[in-house]
Amino acid sequence: MPEQLLFAVEVTLNGLMAGVMYALVALGFVLIFKASGIFNYAQGVMALFAALTLVGLQNGQIPFAHLINAIFGTKLHHFGWHMPAVLAILLAAGVMVILAILVERYLLKHLVNQEPIILFMATIGLAYFMEGIGDLMWGSDIKKMDVGLPQGGSFWIEENTQWLGFGNENFYGFFLDQLDIVATVIAAILVAGLVIFSQYTKQGRAMRAVADDHQAALSVGISLRFIWVLVWSIAGFVALVAGIMWGAKSGVQFSLSLIALKALPVLMLGGFTSIPGAIVGGLIIGVGEKLFEFSIGPLVGGATENWFAYVLALIFLVFRPQGLFGEKIIERV
Amino acid sequence: MKMKIATLAVGAVMAAAPAMADLVFPSLSYRTGPYAAGGIPFADGYADYFTLLNERDGGIGGVPTRLVECETGYNTEKGVECYEATKGEGSLVYQPLSTGITYQLIPKTAADGIPLHTMGYGRTSAANGKVFGNVFNYPANYWDGASIAVNHLLDLNGGDIGGKKISLVYHNSAYGKEPIRTLEELSKKHGFDFKAIPVDHPGQEQKSQWLQIRRERPDYVLMWGWGVMNQVAIQEAANIRFPMENFIGIWWSGSENDVLPAGDGANGYKSLALHGTGSNYPIYTDIQKFVVDAGKAAGAGDQIGTVLYSRGMYAAMLAAEAVKKAQAIHGTGDITPAQMRDGMEALEISAETLEANGMPGFGPEFSVSCENHGGPGLGMVQQWDASAQSWSLITDFIGSDKDVIGPLIAEDSAAFAAENNISERCN
Repeated sequence: MPEQLLFAVEVTLNGLMAGVMYALVALGFVLIFKASGIFNYAQGVMALFAALTLVGLQNGQIPFAHLINAIFGTKLHHFGWHMPAVLAILLAAGVMVILAILVERYLLKHLVNQEPIILFMATIGLAYFMEGIGDLMWGSDIKKMDVGLPQGGSFWIEENTQWLGFGNENFYGFFLDQLDIVATVIAAILVAGLVIFSQYTKQGRAMRAVADDHQAALSVGISLRFIWVLVWSIAGFVALVAGIMWGAKSGVQFSLSLIALKALPVLMLGGFTSIPGAIVGGLIIGVGEKLFEFSIGPLVGGATENWFAYVLALIFLVFRPQGLFGEKIIERV
Repeated sequence: MKMKIATLAVGAVMAAAPAMADLVFPSLSYRTGPYAAGGIPFADGYADYFTLLNERDGGIGGVPTRLVECETGYNTEKGVECYEATKGEGSLVYQPLSTGITYQLIPKTAADGIPLHTMGYGRTSAANGKVFGNVFNYPANYWDGASIAVNHLLDLNGGDIGGKKISLVYHNSAYGKEPIRTLEELSKKHGFDFKAIPVDHPGQEQKSQWLQIRRERPDYVLMWGWGVMNQVAIQEAANIRFPMENFIGIWWSGSENDVLPAGDGANGYKSLALHGTGSNYPIYTDIQKFVVDAGKAAGAGDQIGTVLYSRGMYAAMLAAEAVKKAQAIHGTGDITPAQMRDGMEALEISAETLEANGMPGFGPEFSVSCENHGGPGLGMVQQWDASAQSWSLITDFIGSDKDVIGPLIAEDSAAFAAENNISERCN
């Protein structure tokens, strides 16, 4: 196989994997938007907050230690334990459920029937609040995410694909990051779980009913408040998964909240209301931006990925404003 | 009523009394946001050094120092707001720790007559004091950094890097683009193949760049990164099993923050160093005694001895030495910003100065002049040991290639002078 074709295949495979990582972030946005019509600006910060909480719990860090020490002159830092990763993940998920309850009780409940833009602005406030609280609770230093995920290129794939080069010494076998492979498997399980939950459970069906029509759902006795807590809890869990995967790449730090920027073109392309749309959108953006960078990037000085993702999404918008899988908006005059 | 009159009288007396003199050092810090992990240690080191001077020596020349901190969040607009909010305090010198803020402050500080010190960052051609009267970037700048890295590679290869492939992974911003011109000139001179590979802000996703490096197999990779870009690049380099000893970052890509997240994968990674590393310097004993034990450490007090803490401390020491020089020149303790500028332009850092400050061999010996605001352009190379979780200096101070950098500085500063109608000083 020609060298450039092999490289293009490698870029495509890595683009698919990167797309899955984008889709993980986009999923959280979709869940909340679908169920409540809120574009949750705080989704990226939720991923950061969840990852900070996970690492803090795992390392036995005392929350608000700096604040406590500054006020009382103490020197508290750690509880002195190192928690197993699974337990820490469960506890962090529990914290995200508590956060969902608090968001519903102190934010959303008071904004029922408000315009979407008001709700959107409330989530902007929530984002700043959570970023500040995260800083106060766990500190601003960069933390290593260590939940036992594999890192680095897969030797097995590299060795077993080398023959495709037919002796070409410039081809060393395909590079696939083990972390990306794990992320793909986890994303597949997550999407399957979400689909099963929404199709085959009572709460899932209630969630879909609320998504379809708030007032109709209310009239048949579905608690809107419970559904909101449920949806924000699930979105919190998705944020935790995204935080773990992205945190494993870069360490857990405050720029983690910027991963939301990667999810926006995915949402525009896939549609704000479709779970499969988030996945397919992520894959298209991932492959598109990587192949564009590979083929056209060198001609225009590189660094095309950020803008290309948005251009691609905009092109889709021209022909399909609701995105690939979004619900078509029909306005009756 | 009597009480009210008495209170008013005391207030009036206090208002009428002359304000106690102090030396004001603004600190445009960033303790929040995506770049806080780099901003906090620098700000702590900067603050702790001035606290040490107050606690141990009663200030500088008998005049206490006062730090005025303002949070920029590494945001250029906020940085300018901070400047406007603090310049009226009698601020002696600004060190914004941001190339973006530096570019905005160059014309403002020139108009206000307040010196600007951008140690190892900012506008490189500000090293030309004939054009940039108010800006100083000693002891080294980005172009020095590029040349120091290449000189290190020359040392490793017996003086010949002809035909070698060297790639630069850089933050796609004004900061990241700084070394490109120098490296292009150096590639012509030494015959190496040079390729620049940009990474867009913030640099969380770099798969394309590192697949490209894996395909092209450069002999060496240099990096100009900041923030999350550094951690991701080091992790991706480890992922593709790039030899870490052939991966060299600028001094802004060489803190503990950058290597710790990659764990063992970062072992052997190198970066340039503007100054000494570790806490085996006498100054740290004084900081512990007069600052930490006294409960006066800045921030959480948990950054002492880290690379960026040391850099903040070093920047403060250079500022304090410039104050001493200004006090000696003008015969007054309570100096003005203009006098501070004179002190910076006459600054001399000798081995004795470093020794007296408890920092023997910590930085290079140098002197500043009217023409040269950039210092000697020296830097060292440090290497990360993942098992010991520490940096070690592996070279002595390495010089930069002034034959290449000098003309570039002259060209760029001449263009700035022409654009801004500035006539050269120092004649």
